[in-house]
This record gives sequence, C-alpha cells and structure tokens, in this order.
Amino acid sequence: MTRYILHRILQGIPLLFFISIILFVLMMNMGDPIATMGGRTATRPADRERLKRQLGLDKPIVVQYFYWLAGNDWTKIDLDGDGIGETYGERKGVLRGDFGYSLVNRGKPALAVIGERIPNTLILMVAAELVIILGSLLVGVYSALHQYSFTDHFITTLSFIGYSMPIFFIALLSMYIFAVLFKRWGLPYLPTVGMFDPQVGKTAGQVILHMILPVLSISVISLAAYSRYIRSTMLEVMNQDYIRTAKAKGLPRPQIVYIHALKNASLPIVTVIGLDLPLLLGGAVVTERIFAWPGMGRLFLDHVERGDLPVVMGILMLISVAVVVFQILTDIVYAWLDPRIRFG
Amino acid sequence: MGILNIMIAESTPNLFVDDLETPPLPLTTLAWKRFKRHRMAMLGGVFLILLVLYSFGGSLFVEEKYANFTNPPIRLNTPSWQHPFGTDTVGRDVLARTIYGGQISMIIGILAVIIETSLGILIGALAGYYGGTIDSLLMRFTEAMLNIPEIFLLIVMAKFFGNKIPNLTLLGRTFSGSVVVIIVIIGLTSWMYLARIVRAEFLSIKENDFILAAKATGTSNTEIIIRHILPNSIAPIIVSATLGIANAILSEAYISFLGLGVQPPTATWGNMLDGANNYIESAPWLWFFPGLLILLTVLSINFLGDGLRDAIDPHSRAI
Repeated sequence: MTRYILHRILQGIPLLFFISIILFVLMMNMGDPIATMGGRTATRPADRERLKRQLGLDKPIVVQYFYWLAGNDWTKIDLDGDGIGETYGERKGVLRGDFGYSLVNRGKPALAVIGERIPNTLILMVAAELVIILGSLLVGVYSALHQYSFTDHFITTLSFIGYSMPIFFIALLSMYIFAVLFKRWGLPYLPTVGMFDPQVGKTAGQVILHMILPVLSISVISLAAYSRYIRSTMLEVMNQDYIRTAKAKGLPRPQIVYIHALKNASLPIVTVIGLDLPLLLGGAVVTERIFAWPGMGRLFLDHVERGDLPVVMGILMLISVAVVVFQILTDIVYAWLDPRIRFG
Repeated sequence: MGILNIMIAESTPNLFVDDLETPPLPLTTLAWKRFKRHRMAMLGGVFLILLVLYSFGGSLFVEEKYANFTNPPIRLNTPSWQHPFGTDTVGRDVLARTIYGGQISMIIGILAVIIETSLGILIGALAGYYGGTIDSLLMRFTEAMLNIPEIFLLIVMAKFFGNKIPNLTLLGRTFSGSVVVIIVIIGLTSWMYLARIVRAEFLSIKENDFILAAKATGTSNTEIIIRHILPNSIAPIIVSATLGIANAILSEAYISFLGLGVQPPTATWGNMLDGANNYIESAPWLWFFPGLLILLTVLSINFLGDGLRDAIDPHSRAI
C-alpha cells in the first residue's frame, strides 16, 4: 500500500509541472501588467522600461518561467539597462511558496489575496458535495428499488433534464422562483446576492440562508448524474448471488439493502466524486459570478480581466494541485476499499 | 471436398432453408432498429429537427438587420403580439435574436466538434498506435489538460487569443471575428476525452490478426491507421462527437455568459444571457427564452446521443 501511494504521488509531480508550463505559456497574452500596476495614471516610458526589467518581462519566456518557478534572488537584476546587474532579485519562486505580488492590490502577496477568498469557496464546495452525495444516494437507491415504476421514470426524465441544464439557467430560474415569485406571493423568500445582509452582519444563519441557492445551482448537474450512476450500480449489486443468499437466509430487507448492497454499490461512486472536482470548481466560477459570492471564482474573473498574472496563475495552480491531490486520494481510497486494485 | 459438401447439404436441408428465411440484416438497418426502440432518442431527434428548423427556417421570415436593429425607446418591453419574446436592453426583438443566435450557437457547436474530433483522433491514434515515448508524452499532455477545469481553460484561452480577428463577411452576412476565436478555443479545450477513447480503441484493435496481416503485406503505418483501424473504432467516435456538440453549445453559452465570448451585435444564445442576471426580476423574458432554447437543444442532443450509443456502440454503455 505504501508503495502504491508513493507511486501515485511520484506520478502527480511531473503532471503538475506539465500543467504549469501549459498555463504559463497561455498567460503570456494576459494584457499589460504595467498598465495594471500604474492604475489610472499613465506610466512614463522610462518607468515602464525599469518596471519591465524589474518584473523580468524583458527576458525570454523560458527564463521568465524559471524565475516564476525558482525565484530570482540568486541572480542580479539589471535595472538601468546597461547590461550589468545591480541588485539581487526579490522573488523566491513558486517552489518556495512565493507566488509573487498581486498587481491589482499592490504590495499584497498573491497568496494572501487568494487566501482571503478560499474559505468562501470551500464552504460552497463542501456544502454542495454533501448535498450531491446524500441526495444522489437517496434518489439513486429509491429508483433502483422501484425500478420501472412511475416514480422511477419520472426521476429518470428529471435527471436527464438536470444533467443538460446550464448552471446559469438553473441559477437564474431558481433566483426567479425562490426570490422573485416567492416575494410576490408573500411567502418567505431567499436572498440572491452576496454572503450576508450587511444590516444583519455576517452571522452563521445569514451565510446559510445566502448559501442555499448557490449550492443548489452547483449541485444539480452532479446530483442528476450521480443518482443515475448509483441507480445502475445498485441494480447490478441487487442481482448478485450474495444478495440472494442474504434474502434466502431471511435477513430483514432494510439490512440487505442498506448494509449488504449499498456498501458495495457505493464503491464506484468514490471514483466519480473524486474525479468530478474540476467540474464542481468550474461551476463555482459561474455561480459565484451570478450570486455575487465573494469566492475564488469571482476573484479569478475579476483579476483575469485586469491581467493580474500572479493572482491568476496562483489560483490556477492551487486548483490544479487540488485536482491532482484529489485524484491521488481517490485512487488511494479506492484501492483501500477494493483489495482487487491493490493486489491486481 | 465435393462429396463432403453434398453430404452436409443432404443431411441438413431443412436447417439451411430455415436459416435463410431470415437473411442477415445489414449493420445500418440493425442500428436503426435498435435506435427506433429508444423512444426518448426518437423524441430528441424530432425536437432537434424542430430546433434547427426554428433557427435556420426562421431566417426566411425575419431579417438579420431586424434582429440587430436597436430601438432604445422600446427597450425592455414585455412580451406582446408585436414582440412575442419581448425586447432587450437596447430595444432589439428577443424572438428575432433567438433565431439568429440559434444559428450561430449551432454552427459554433458543429465546427468546434469538427476541430475537437480531428484533434482527438489525431492524438489518440498517434498515442495508441505508436505507443512508447510518443504515447507517454501525449498522454501526460492530455492528462495535464484534463486536470485544469474546462471553464478556467476557456477563459484563459479566450484572453490569450483576444479579439484580434476582424469581422468576417460570409454569404452576405457579417460575423464578429470572436465567433472564430470561440470555435477554436472550444475545439482546443475539449478533445481530451475523445483522445483517450480513441487511444484505448487503437490499443485493442492493433493487436488483431488483420493488422498483423496488413503489416506483413507491407502496408504503410498511415494506411493501417486510416484504412484499417479507424473505420473499426468509428462507433464511439460518432457517439462522442454527437454528445460533443451539446457540450460545445454549452461551453459557448458559459463563456459568452461571462462576457468573454462572442461579441454583440452578433447574437448567440449565450451572449443574449450576458448581464441578464441584473434583470431577473424586471425582465425575465431576457434570459428565459435563450436559456430554455439552450436547455432544449442540449437535452435533445443528449437523448439522441444516448440512443445512438445503444444503437451503434452497445458495449460502452456508461450509466
């Protein structure tokens, strides 16, 4: 098992390098970082030149990537352009945990800018994941046990629709129904914008209330897909010999369904959930934009528009690390649950 | 030999007649029979035809100039007889824009899938057929691309290619250059799953004896790939391309919704929704109709693709 884990981790490292190279090349056309730094006042040509050299933008892309990765505090930077380096660089490089300074919020490390937003996205993700897992188990098991009934057909149709729904349409529709229409009908309605009501303050109750619609929007697609998946694995397991044995020896039905069958039926779900993290994170971008949720997705959109390379690159790398780590965890958990993989 | 044949023929005359009473069906007929049984897929097909008629046939009744005609005095009018879907923030007719937007969305979907499929086949075939270093390099690249969530990749690429392409004039109509950018970036960010499928197909098919025979007779690698292996792995490619159109239409909608996609005045179902979240309460018709059309199109294509999978590629049933 230890060997298996080590093996998977060793595979993940070159993968992250690959990702960082692809992203870094794509970053080369993000806009003018110096104009972003200058803010409203136009930068003088001489200052531009100096800033360019200070940021290392005059160097070829390979060198720029290397500075980004390993820093430039071991080499002298040529600030005045006479070909001789004067001062040592200040960047430590991503490998030593330095993602550079944000260009938009000047003087603030990119990681700090991102770090402020991570918890907000994280609570959305965790809540959505809970809704997805519990909801799809409930729906999937129910429709598997009532195969071909009216409810089963109804759920099937509904899950196809849910699976085809663009997230923004779910979001807009649910906002219209639960905020606009409910308000019009005099029912208790849900808030649609932000994380909390500024008049009430950031209390747990407020945040939960503001979370309902965004979490719903993020979860619908995966909920629909997983419940189909659980239905089919559940049906498969229910037809196996050991279930017949359990029935034959007279075990009560709930025990057969929830202990014998569900345990094995939920095995493949582990992989699906682990691999769908990119999808969920992508959904957060759209959802956070619509609901004005101050998370990482919205930070990404705002800073992409202004060409804030360190922050954008930082977000993308953090996400990639999360995705790769999740994949490795998924594989490990799966191998742990299913000995056939470990020893196969 | 001759005697043996006659003996067999004499001893089993009935069996032969019985067998021949139902002649083997050609593959296409078989696939069609299986497809017809799939009611939802048939329904999806019919709906899709209706949607295509709506977008492309609609242009016979409404001119594009009318769809792009701004008339601020009648901005944000509620649906009426004159404007069945209402008017948008600058007084354009929403119905006319969904017609022309549908054309662009569908064209983007199809062209993006052509790029996606070509790339997927190319990379999957090279990796699967040659194996070794080429395989591991290409597959690491594929894996790296898969690990970056698609929306982030789309946004970064939309920024990378920017709006540098000037407006295009084709068949007497002007298209925003961003249409081309969107087609290319959707194609570039979605080929990975197909490449994996094609690679797996190639890995298994290349072990067959007929490939060995082709190699023994001196057939070139290119010919083996194109003439011998590819036709045998066409079923999953067709299914994946069909479902890919739905995904491409969705990707266009997402990126245009975020304001980084196709630029107005060219309408797409996606960019009609850009900024619509400011009008949830005051003008629901702004986002409802384009959103519904996207949903219907994607749903129909998904049903169709599902039926197609059952009909031509029954082994690969996923869910």
